[in-house]
Amino acid sequence: MIIVKEKPLDEILGFLLPYESILIVGCDGCTQPPRGLREAMTYAMLIEMRAKIKGKTNLKCRATTVSMQCDNHICSTTLTPQLEGIDAILSLACGVGVQTLVEVFPEIPVYPGQNTVFVGSQEREGGTMHEKCKACGECLLGETGGICPITNCPKGILNGPCGGCVDGKCEVPFEIRDESGKVVKTIVKDCAWYLMYQRLKKLNRLDLFRKYRPPRNRAISSSPRLLEVV
Amino acid sequence: MVQAFSDLMKNILDGRFVYTGELEPHKSIDLSEVISWAKTLKETGRVVAANVTDNPKSVGAISSLVASYIIQRETGLEMIYQLRCSDRNRLALVSDLLGAAALGIRNVLALTGDHTRQGDMPTAMPVYDLDGTQLVDLIHRMVYEGKDIDGNEIHGPRPQFNIGAAANPNFKPLEVEVLKIERKAEVGAEFFQTQVVFDVNVALDFLDAVKHIDAAFLIGIFPPRSYGQAEYFAKHVPGVQVPAEFLENLKKISEIPDRKERRKKIDEYNIEYFSDFIRAVRKKAPCRGIHIMAVGYPEVVGPLIESVEGM
Repeated sequence: MIIVKEKPLDEILGFLLPYESILIVGCDGCTQPPRGLREAMTYAMLIEMRAKIKGKTNLKCRATTVSMQCDNHICSTTLTPQLEGIDAILSLACGVGVQTLVEVFPEIPVYPGQNTVFVGSQEREGGTMHEKCKACGECLLGETGGICPITNCPKGILNGPCGGCVDGKCEVPFEIRDESGKVVKTIVKDCAWYLMYQRLKKLNRLDLFRKYRPPRNRAISSSPRLLEVV
Repeated sequence: MVQAFSDLMKNILDGRFVYTGELEPHKSIDLSEVISWAKTLKETGRVVAANVTDNPKSVGAISSLVASYIIQRETGLEMIYQLRCSDRNRLALVSDLLGAAALGIRNVLALTGDHTRQGDMPTAMPVYDLDGTQLVDLIHRMVYEGKDIDGNEIHGPRPQFNIGAAANPNFKPLEVEVLKIERKAEVGAEFFQTQVVFDVNVALDFLDAVKHIDAAFLIGIFPPRSYGQAEYFAKHVPGVQVPAEFLENLKKISEIPDRKERRKKIDEYNIEYFSDFIRAVRKKAPCRGIHIMAVGYPEVVGPLIESVEGM
């Protein structure tokens, strides 16, 4: 189960004001509280109203939802027919959903509408699961090109790449271990900050890459966490 | 406005071309060998300061702060205390920095640091509470605001450090590195020491790319003691380009059977190659000095500088 909390409307507007046509994508999967079609429609209305107050009258939102935003096949088949004329996507899913949309639709800017604050466990059989979100509680994906440095960089640094990035690759190999701890497979991963550079350059937003990010507030995500659900 | 707290920064601000050295203490409490290297650097009369490495490649060694203090006390050579974020959270970093200031350390080189998985204790927990850029920010606040990074006041006099950071002219594309350097300079990095460069064109392109940044750049060089060392860089240090001609010439020298003669020729070749290199890079304005990383090979440093400076 993944718990999300809405980002302040003005933060979301900060992402969306440069655009005119926004697709707001809910998720019917495990996001709690629910962020399905009804919530997407509410966000559409609120964002248009707030944009008008700020003098941006030509910002239009369309609302939709997918059954599971962490499933790239579902996202692709459900959303591809709806993307005609869309400038940007606002995802109401968790950080995994945002990053799935980024991977499925690399040409379209995708912004998070939620802060992902808590990730529970889910049993699966077979396949490989990639960790995509550490539920840090202060989602940065809006300014990192949709690539999470907290999860995808072994150092979790906010001002990268570090000196260990060579030819776009990370200095720390990704190791899959058996039950005894023995390494059974080693994969050299792409440097998350290098991917971020490439994506932000493509989006003409290297200003975001260059920006200094101060130290994280570790108190938000220090263990063990308690979450009071109202 | 940069204040000069260290001899290194005084020399840079006075417009003198500076040379720094590199000292690597081991996993040992015995510092005698490193102290003898430091004495050799000091005797050149031109090496203004030397770095003391902090767990390089994440191989655990004696505390760089303690080593910096002892070497500085024993030799009178000014130290550049390397401090990495891999092993310490912000509390430990502040503690060590306050200790360093109290012990008379005047230069800090702020580093993110290699991942612990790369070293000799790969099961260690990596920290990275801060990264290298945030460490620059922390030191800058301590020095210029008298506060830690959370805004808590430091009692009494402020620590006095000149703040260094690392840069890598070999990074491709160079634009990424320049954006990083701009970011580090923005939060207070006053001087940059670079990763090893062998190819003079790499250094010249880099200096062109950073000329708009208000900081002093010291280009890093590594005169190898043997062909094997140079070959190691060429084969195993990713991203560092070693010119083929340089390797070929060292290979020829390595085939000289007489050990003494071979060492003499290696010294001569290093001096010839790197003095040409230094003469070329010092013509570019942002280059304010050379960081000579002749670890365990300090005897080449004096003659090399003499060859350039014509003393």
